[in-house]
Amino acid sequence: MSAPDPAASEFAAVGSAIRIEDLHKSFGANEVLKGISLDVAPHEVICLIGASGSGKSTLLRCINLLEPISSGRIWLLGQEATGEGVDPNRVRRQVGIVFQSFNLFPHMTVLRNVTLAPVKALHIPKPAAEQAARELLDRFGLIDKQDEYPDRLSGGQQQRVAIVRALAMQPQVMLLDEVTSALDPELVAEVLDVIRELASGGMTMLIATHEMGFARDIANRVCFLEEGRIIEEAPPAELFSNPSDDRTRRFLRRIVEAGRM
Amino acid sequence: MSDEQGGHQPGFAGTDPLMQSVPPGQSLGTGWQVPGAFGTAGRGPKLLGGGGGRRATAISTISTVLVLAGLVAIFLLAPGSAQVRHTFFNPQDMWQSFIGNPRKGYYSIGIAIWLNIRMFLAAEVLILALALVIALIRQSISPVLFPLRVLAMIYVDFFRGVPLLLVIYAIGFGIPALRLPFVSYQSMAVYGVAALTLSYSAYVSEVYRAGLNSVPRSQVAAGRSLGLSQGTAMRYVILPQAVRNVIPPLLNDFISLQKDTALVGVLGAIEANNAAQIYASTTFNYSSFTVAAILFLILTIPLARFTDRLIDRDRRRRLAGVGR
Repeated sequence: MSAPDPAASEFAAVGSAIRIEDLHKSFGANEVLKGISLDVAPHEVICLIGASGSGKSTLLRCINLLEPISSGRIWLLGQEATGEGVDPNRVRRQVGIVFQSFNLFPHMTVLRNVTLAPVKALHIPKPAAEQAARELLDRFGLIDKQDEYPDRLSGGQQQRVAIVRALAMQPQVMLLDEVTSALDPELVAEVLDVIRELASGGMTMLIATHEMGFARDIANRVCFLEEGRIIEEAPPAELFSNPSDDRTRRFLRRIVEAGRM
Repeated sequence: MSDEQGGHQPGFAGTDPLMQSVPPGQSLGTGWQVPGAFGTAGRGPKLLGGGGGRRATAISTISTVLVLAGLVAIFLLAPGSAQVRHTFFNPQDMWQSFIGNPRKGYYSIGIAIWLNIRMFLAAEVLILALALVIALIRQSISPVLFPLRVLAMIYVDFFRGVPLLLVIYAIGFGIPALRLPFVSYQSMAVYGVAALTLSYSAYVSEVYRAGLNSVPRSQVAAGRSLGLSQGTAMRYVILPQAVRNVIPPLLNDFISLQKDTALVGVLGAIEANNAAQIYASTTFNYSSFTVAAILFLILTIPLARFTDRLIDRDRRRRLAGVGR
């Protein structure tokens, strides 16, 4: 790959929701991301597939600046998030992330889970934040749970609350990190429905997932990751039915054999 | 009523397998003891000797009565029994030492214990605050705070290593000897509270630290990912969970603190233990110490039972699958 011209990438970043350029990330001697470059257009939905340990989660955590990167550059909405003197909190407020294990705050009611960040980070007055939170909870069928604590909810409900919590910050981009992997099979659908609704509302999303059927349905593009590199990226119809790379083909065959597609 | 004993506690039915996989007395992750075969707290599942319903209750009642009766018999039949009863359990002396008599040169233990209570309450508030500051400093990661972290570590090492009694002596006799304005002219109870605070804050800061470490890192990530600053995430997300996790060990330290207020008596403050001492050396009867012991028990037992209940409740909540 030729060295990217900084001015050119600056220009290209203006039109992208997310632009990642030659991103490397190591944990000690272990290089997890070995040069990822990716452009996500506004309103685009991209699914990241690949075996566990291929770097999907790390990539999402790097975009959210939860992990310091080793080298490379990331632009969010035309601004460099990895630049000098960038306040990571401001970046994170524009990028919602939802984790595999929900990570709701167990000592707060559903409503407080959702309003905490808008009130404490965006300084929205509490009544207004609660009003907005109730509207979101209502939209996703959770309004009757607003006063419950997370441990009283099913996994699917908890994950939907986690999505609502991220949405309450009115992010421009959502990162979903295997959000259905910790759920019982019968609870997966309700969470996927929420994501579908977000996609139809035009939300820009990067989704790491093992749900191949879902990826085929919802993604504009699918990226196959292996050992910290994007091996292949293509529209889902093409990637799933006619993968061009041997490694993609092998991965998909294993998925089919496991009965997951 | 007893025949539905087995069925009406669904929470326990589910917890048993897990309980059995944890050896009695072993920690369940957050640092306090799981009530095991012995000393099973309150209404927890009994691992030994439980399950027989009415018959078990009868057996345990009978065995308790027999053991107690045996101990009382040994006490009463001992060769020196009459003497011990007169010296340590004389009702007359117990009452006299309780109400006190300034004209005869001794103080009321009933009033003196009030000083213990006040010292305890003052020290408790100060300890909770100081220990939290120390714990937060020790947990900080900013390079700017490195010197403070070293100081905090030295502080904890020092005050955990030096006997409380020596700290009380050092503060109580050392500070007045400095003849500084104001600070050198306080009452002995104030120096006592200062010494208790210094010593206990070292322990309690470690309890806090264990609590902070018990909150999963994913909670930090969740808070930060929403754009909360480090401080805001600490205050609203991490700290409340951390404190909740360590309430039982905190209360345990405070039970200990309640009775350690007696050590301040060495400075001459008229607290319960010292009042009892004065009575004993005035009348040559030690029943006053029994009075002091009873008063301390009355103070500590309610807190101890309350702690047990919290531990119990917490374990049930934990085993119900809340904390992941």
